[in-house]
This record gives sequence, C-alpha cells and structure tokens, in this order.
Amino acid sequence: MNRAALHALLSHWWRNPLQMLTLLGGLALATALWSGVQAVNAEARASYDAAAATIDEAQFDQLVMKDGGPIDQAIYVALRRGGWMVSPLIEGMVGDVRLVGVEPLTAPGASLPMALQTGGDVGAFTSAQGQIFAGPDAVEDLAELRADIVVSAQIPPGVAYADIGVVQRLLDRASEVDILLMNPEQPFRQAGLAEIAPELSVRKGQAAADVGQLTGSFHLSLSAFGFLSFAVGIFIVHGAIGLAFEQRRPMMRTLRALGMPLGRLIGLIVVELFVFALAAGVIGVVLGYLIAAALLPGVAATLNGLYGAELGGALAWRPVWWVSGLGIAVGGTAIAGGGALHQLARMPLLASAHPRAMSMAAGRRARLQALAAFGLLMAAIVLGVLANTLYLGFATLGALLLGAALALPVIVDGILKLGRGFSKSALGQWFWADTRQQLPGLSLALMALLLAMAANVGVSTMVSSFRMTFLDFLDQRLASELYVATSTPEEAARLEAGMTDMGVAVLPIQWATETFGGVPTEVYGNRDHATYRDNWMFLESVSNPWNAVAAQEGVVINEQLYRRAGLSVGETIEIAGQPMTIVGVYGDYGNPIGQAVITEALFQSLYPSVTALRFGVRVPEEALPEVRSKIVEDLGIPNAQITNQARLKALSTDIFDRTFIVTDALNVLTLAVAGFAILMSLLTLASMRVPQLAPVWALGVTRRQLGVMDIGRAVLLATLTALVALPLGLALAWVLLSVVNVAAFGWKLPMLLFPSEYARLGVLALLAAVLASLWPAWRLSRTPPADLLKVFSHER
Amino acid sequence: MLLSVTDVHKTYETGEGAFEVLRGIDLTLDTGETLALTGESGSGKSTLLHLIGGLDQPDRGQIVVDGIDLAQRDDKGRAEVRRGTVGVVFQQFNLIPSLTVADNISFQARLAGHYDQTWATELVDRMGLTPHAQKYPEQLSGGQQQRVAIARTLAARPKLVLADEPTGNLDEATAADVMVLMLSLVTDTGAGLLMVTHSTKLAGQLTRQVHLRAGQIV
Repeated sequence: MNRAALHALLSHWWRNPLQMLTLLGGLALATALWSGVQAVNAEARASYDAAAATIDEAQFDQLVMKDGGPIDQAIYVALRRGGWMVSPLIEGMVGDVRLVGVEPLTAPGASLPMALQTGGDVGAFTSAQGQIFAGPDAVEDLAELRADIVVSAQIPPGVAYADIGVVQRLLDRASEVDILLMNPEQPFRQAGLAEIAPELSVRKGQAAADVGQLTGSFHLSLSAFGFLSFAVGIFIVHGAIGLAFEQRRPMMRTLRALGMPLGRLIGLIVVELFVFALAAGVIGVVLGYLIAAALLPGVAATLNGLYGAELGGALAWRPVWWVSGLGIAVGGTAIAGGGALHQLARMPLLASAHPRAMSMAAGRRARLQALAAFGLLMAAIVLGVLANTLYLGFATLGALLLGAALALPVIVDGILKLGRGFSKSALGQWFWADTRQQLPGLSLALMALLLAMAANVGVSTMVSSFRMTFLDFLDQRLASELYVATSTPEEAARLEAGMTDMGVAVLPIQWATETFGGVPTEVYGNRDHATYRDNWMFLESVSNPWNAVAAQEGVVINEQLYRRAGLSVGETIEIAGQPMTIVGVYGDYGNPIGQAVITEALFQSLYPSVTALRFGVRVPEEALPEVRSKIVEDLGIPNAQITNQARLKALSTDIFDRTFIVTDALNVLTLAVAGFAILMSLLTLASMRVPQLAPVWALGVTRRQLGVMDIGRAVLLATLTALVALPLGLALAWVLLSVVNVAAFGWKLPMLLFPSEYARLGVLALLAAVLASLWPAWRLSRTPPADLLKVFSHER
Repeated sequence: MLLSVTDVHKTYETGEGAFEVLRGIDLTLDTGETLALTGESGSGKSTLLHLIGGLDQPDRGQIVVDGIDLAQRDDKGRAEVRRGTVGVVFQQFNLIPSLTVADNISFQARLAGHYDQTWATELVDRMGLTPHAQKYPEQLSGGQQQRVAIARTLAARPKLVLADEPTGNLDEATAADVMVLMLSLVTDTGAGLLMVTHSTKLAGQLTRQVHLRAGQIV
C-alpha cells in the first residue's frame, strides 16, 4: 500500500517538474544562503579578530627593563623557575624588515605565525640553522642573512619571524632579549617580581576588547540578515509546497477514500518531504560552501595564516557544517510544510475535491491578513520604543518583518485598484484588473522580494554606517603615525625633548581611574592639539567643545559613560573634586568602560602622581624613517617599543574592506533568490493563466502584446514592492542599530543614509524582476495558437 | 459577399498520426444572412469556425472575410480582424473574470476603437443586464454570463458574428431566451451570423443550414 500511495504522490512531481525544481531549488538556495552567511560570518568575525590583533599588537602584558635596555637572558630563566609564564621576544631591523625572534614553545598563541600555531614544523623552526617566516616583499632584504627563508603570503608586509636563538645570532645579540611577554594565564603561586627581577617593570598590554565588541555587534546583525536570507528561501518553499498540496488535494481525498489511513498518508508525505529536504540540503550545503569560498578569495588564507587559531578551518569540510546545513533544510521544510500537513490532518474525508489552487476569492482572508498585518506593525512600533533587551529587539524585528510581509499584498492591491481607476483604455483597465487578479498567486514571491530588498537596504545601511563609523573610530584612535611606549619618566622626558627639537608633535597618553555614577571610568589628560579637534566625532556637544576643554572648564565623555551614568551635555561632574561641565559626548565604539577627557594641564594638577609613559607622535609620512631612527638610535628607546599605527590602520582598513565586499555579494545573491521566486511563480502561473488569456487573445490582442504586458506587470509589481521595501529596510536597520545593538552592547551606532546605494538596489531589483519575467513572457508570446484554442475546444 | 471559404483543408497531428479535420470546404455567407453549421462531434465544425475567426490558419485554401484574405495577414493582422470585423461567442462564455459586466461588454468595442456608449447601454438593457452591470462574472448565472458574452461581441458591431454552441451550456428555457435575443440583435446590426450547433431545433431558426460530416459539407 505504501509503495502504491507513494507512487501516486510522487507522480505529481514527475508531471510537474517545474514545481519540483521550485521546491528543491528554493530549499537548496535557502540552505546555501544560510550556510554561506554562516561561513561569511565566521570569516567576518575572524577578520575583525585579526584586525583587533593587528591594532593591539601589544595586547599582552610585558616585562621590560625599567631603564629601557635589553633584558639579560638569565633573568628570563630565573623568572621561569620562579613560576612566571613568560616568553622572550627580541627584534631588530634588517633593511626595512622588522625581524622578530620568538620562542615558539612558550609564546602566547596569538603572538606566533599561524603556521606554527597549527602544527608547523617546530623542529625545523628551532633548529640551529633555523627558518625565517617572511612575506614575499621581505625576501630581498633578508637575502643577505643566508638563512632558510620560508616565504608565506600569510605574513604581513615588513615583518619576519624566526626562532629567538636564530635572531640573537643574526643580530649578534647573544643572551639578551628585548621584552618578556606575559601569558594571560599565570600560576596562582609565583615568586614576587621584585624578588626575582627588581630591575623589571610590568608594562600593561592594551585590551583587545575594543574591536571585539564592535565585531560582536556586526556579527550579530549579519546573523540576523543571514536568517532573513534563509526566510526568503523558505517563502519560496512554502509557496511550492502549498501549491502542490492544493493541486494534490483531490488525489489525497481519493487515496483516503480507497482506504489509506490518514496517519499513514501524512507519514508518507512527511517521508517525501524529508527526502526532498535532504536532497536539497546536500545541494545547499555544497552551494553554500562554494558561495563562501567564492566570496572570500584569499581573505581566509591571508588572515588565518597569522592570527587566531580558530580561523584556519573556517572553510574546511567540517561535520558541523553538514549537520547544521541539513538541519536547517529539514527544519525549514518542516516550517514551510507544517501548515499544509495540518490542513491535511483536518481535511474531512468527503470534502469537496475541487482544487482551490490559488484561492482567488480570498476576500475574507485578505481582511484577516490586513488585520494581522496592522496588529503586528503596531506591535513592532510599541516594541521598538520599549524594547530594552535582546529578545525584545528580535521580537521587534520579527513583528516588523512579518507585519510588512502580510501588509504587502493588501497595500499593492489598493494601489492597483487605484491605478485601474485612473486607466482610460480598455486594455489598460484589463491590465490593472488582471494584475490584481494575479496578486494572490504572486504574493509569496513578492513577499520574498520584499524581504530580500528590505534585507538589502538594511544590510547596506548597517554595513555602510558601520564602516564609516569604524573608519572614524580608527581615525580618532589611531591618528598618530607612531606610538611610543616608554619605560621610565626619564625616557619619556627624553622622547618629548628629542621630538620637540625635531619640531615633531608629541601627544601624551595618560589616564587615571575614577568612578562616575557607579561606572568605572578612565580620565584622560589630552594635550590641546588639532589631532583631536580634526578627528574626534561628537554625538552631541556644545559648539567648540575642545575650546571649553582647553580652558579647563569642560570635559568630554564617551557614550558609555553618558548612557550608563545617565549624564547629559551641560551637566556637571566632579573630577578629583573639581566640578567640570560636560561639553560633549563622543562615540567610543567597543570600549567596555567609561571615559572622560580633560586637558593636559588640568590633569597634571588633579593627578600629579601620574606621569605619561605612552605617546602618540605626529609625523609626516616621509619623515617616518628619520624620526624612528632618531628615537631608537639617539634617544635609546628600543624599536620594540615603537608601533607604526598608521601602517597597521591601513592594513586593518584593507581587511575590513575585503569583508564588506562579501556583504555586497550577499546582497546580490539574496536578490537573485527573490528573482528565482518570481520566475518560478510566473512559470507556475503561466500554465494556469492560459484560460484567462485565451479570450483576450481571441478578442484581438496579439500574443506579443500579452507578453510585453506580462513583463510590464512584473516591473510594476517589483516597483511597488521596492517602494514598500525601502522604508521597511530602513526601519530594519534602525531596529538593528538602535535597539538590538543598544540592548546587546550598551551603545548605538549612528544610522547614516545612502540614497545612491538604495537607487542602485532598486535598479537591481527591477532588473531581477525583468529577468525573471522574460522567459515566461517569451513563452507566452510564442504560445502556439493551437494551445490557446484548446481552451475553447475543451468546452465540449 | 461577407464570407467566402474556398477549398479549405486542415490537418492535425495526433498521437496516432495525421488527422484531416477539414477536407475541401467551400462556403459563402452574405451580409445579414444567418447560417447554422451542424454536424457530429469531431466533424470539424469548431475548427472551421476558428479558421474563419482568424484564430487558426488552414493548411490549404482561402478564407476571405469582408474582402480581407486572412492568409495574407500575419498574426498582428489577424488580431486586427478579430478586433474589428469578426466577433466570436464561445460556448463557455470566456468572460474576463477580473472585469465587471459593464467593462466586459465594452471591452472588445474599446479595443477595436469604435465604442458607442449609447449602443452599449441599449445592449445591457435589452439583455436584461442593467441590475448586474457592476457585478463580476462569477456572480452571474450561466444564462446571464452568456448574455454578457453576446453583448460584448455585438457592442463592437462586428460584420460577422461567429457563435460556437452559444447555448450549449444552458438549460432549454434559458437557451431559447438567449437565442431569441441574439438573433434579434444580429438582425438589428445587419451582421452575418454563422452558428455552430448540435441542435436541429436551433438550426431551424436560422435562414440557412449546412451539415458537416467527416470534414466535408454534405
């Protein structure tokens, strides 16, 4: 019985291969997008981690000599024996290349080249001959060393890594190291530093949390859009399954009438759908892998080679990929087919067998739909205003998207009705009326297009806002060309004097810790300099806030302090007993704690015990080598204590930009899926439309005219959908940036608008609609008269 | 002469090979004349009607409608003939479901570019459709729908009306009413009428009868 019933059920698909293609294609594309987005997400996150690692090169705490000189290797041995988890590092310049010597067995993970982290040949690396890992650009400079050079594109430009012993030999600095990196995890019991090495001091590493938090926000939003992409595909699947159920209704009734138990019939359909889901899931996972691989050319390889152990296998065939891909395909099918199965379970045995395939007379349903849409959109507005947790933020998104999708057919129907009223010609009136009639059949495809376009607008807005914000953030934070960490106040004074002699601006980086309204805060004393005036962006401020700061009357604070302590511009806070007026609030994306900035002179009077040991050095690009060599050679500050941040910023920006290319491609793919949905809906409708078109043709409208009007219909519907998608996409971006982000991270990204991107998107969407309608329209214009005549011949 | 059909042949390819539906048909019709085309199922009546209406093309022979040789017209030209010269009434009405009764009736005349509001209103009135003018086809009975279909055809004032079993889907009383109305309106417009029917009773109401058997006039 099962075999016969399954044969009957499957025969529907063989006779309607296009429907089968829609189902499999839709599901495969949905799975592919989901899987692809997950891979892209993993890669994006990795990119940011890498960028973070690049920016905060000195992320580990370090032990350095108080006098800034080299450390004797014996001290390192003594510290290890005393229970200190430290690793030596030495560096020197070979031509233009910074040669870094590391000790691979003790070095903290992220300070090593990737090849060694993931099981490179440590033996060869640490052998007497040794190996030098370097990028292609460094080979020429290193050639004179006559060492075994391993060329790798994974090494950033201008740097080379080798075993510490090899570098000591090459630099002729036996038995000494520059710094000792401290492993983040130190044993609970260890001898005191003052006992073992009183000549050393701890230099605090820079926390890597800044970019990490910003990354988290981006990742979260991208995940939301990944899910949205999946939803677009599920709309297609839902349409295909729904249509197949409606068309097979008489067959199911007959099967039941012939003695097939309802439970078994449902079971067979579940099996049928499960097999489809698995088949589509496999195709989808493979496609997803290809999408991710195609979208990330070289990025993974470049970044993974260097930073972070998790990056290496991002695009490897891992079981979790298969399981999550197939799981999402089966889950998606269950969601898409659940309603139809529920209907089948409730269908009376003697129910009327007439198929109500596209349910043209859907007046009551349309009213219910409009009511539901209105309710959901109202709920979204209320939630959007009140939402203060992540769950409520996502509930807002859900209500907004579902409400808008349900409202779309109602809105479009209203506009078409209006359009018909304005139309004067007979053919024009028919066009509007017929388009209205097609609407129920095309609704799901249009909803898919709506979600795809809204996701695109949202992604464009979010990504572009994010990018601009981040670039500002980099400019703000990494404005100085060089950053120098001195070890002692004497060294600091030497640096300031030396730079002043050269006419180079030096910006001290000094801070003290305070608490405002329960929020831990770092109070910075910045020098009054154009660097801050030119680069720092304020979310809210009085006019010329830096003037008030320079006049020792005002303080500028970061958004975290502003929000968490509930402060506002104009309000007064006490800094070390000194009342100060808040004159500005600046975006400080990613910083987990509060920050307040006053001017240097005031800072020194309020915190006389704090001495600046870190400095930003503003120097023109062409003078960099000269200034650097002056700092190292004349002022005696080790090279390891100097960071060329401008160069690292360029590298970080490049990494970011390459990740954004991915989202662009993702936008196009999502639109392509929506285009596929329209194509399949039009093809499915085409066969059902012949009886409606034949009389119009018989009355004297040519097939070519009908074809052209079909393209016009698709363009019209796509345009109307685009008009609804634009505000929806912007609302989506707003919810993500202002609700979800705030709930998740405590700060919000500014929302910027990019009209040219939206216009480009609109053109792309129309193009997708035209492309999707071309084939059905061409087929219609080429329909043999004999096929049209069958409509009349079948009358008898 | 309004219609001239000369030595028309038509063959269809079927799964079992070629099937010659029409085998040398000769037929004429004058303006104002009404002609009933009768015959068994499969005798070729509808095929001949479709050829005359420019909905299909013969393999051989000539069809001239109001001086227009259909063979000399391309797809666009034949569409023009269907809009302005010929009107077809189908058995299944084939109304446009998305348009109201009034819009359906005016549709073809407006397509042809000679819509006459007074005439359309008169047609609606004479067909008894005034209360239903703003309804949609699905809200009408079969008889009412066929009246709309006839009104739609006649609103365009075609020179030749082709009717394919126009009362085939109606009960006897309704069919008689519809027939009376159609004949009276066709007579008023002075058009020629060629009607395919199974019913000898209906055929008897027309001025001339032609019987088709196995693709030939007998």
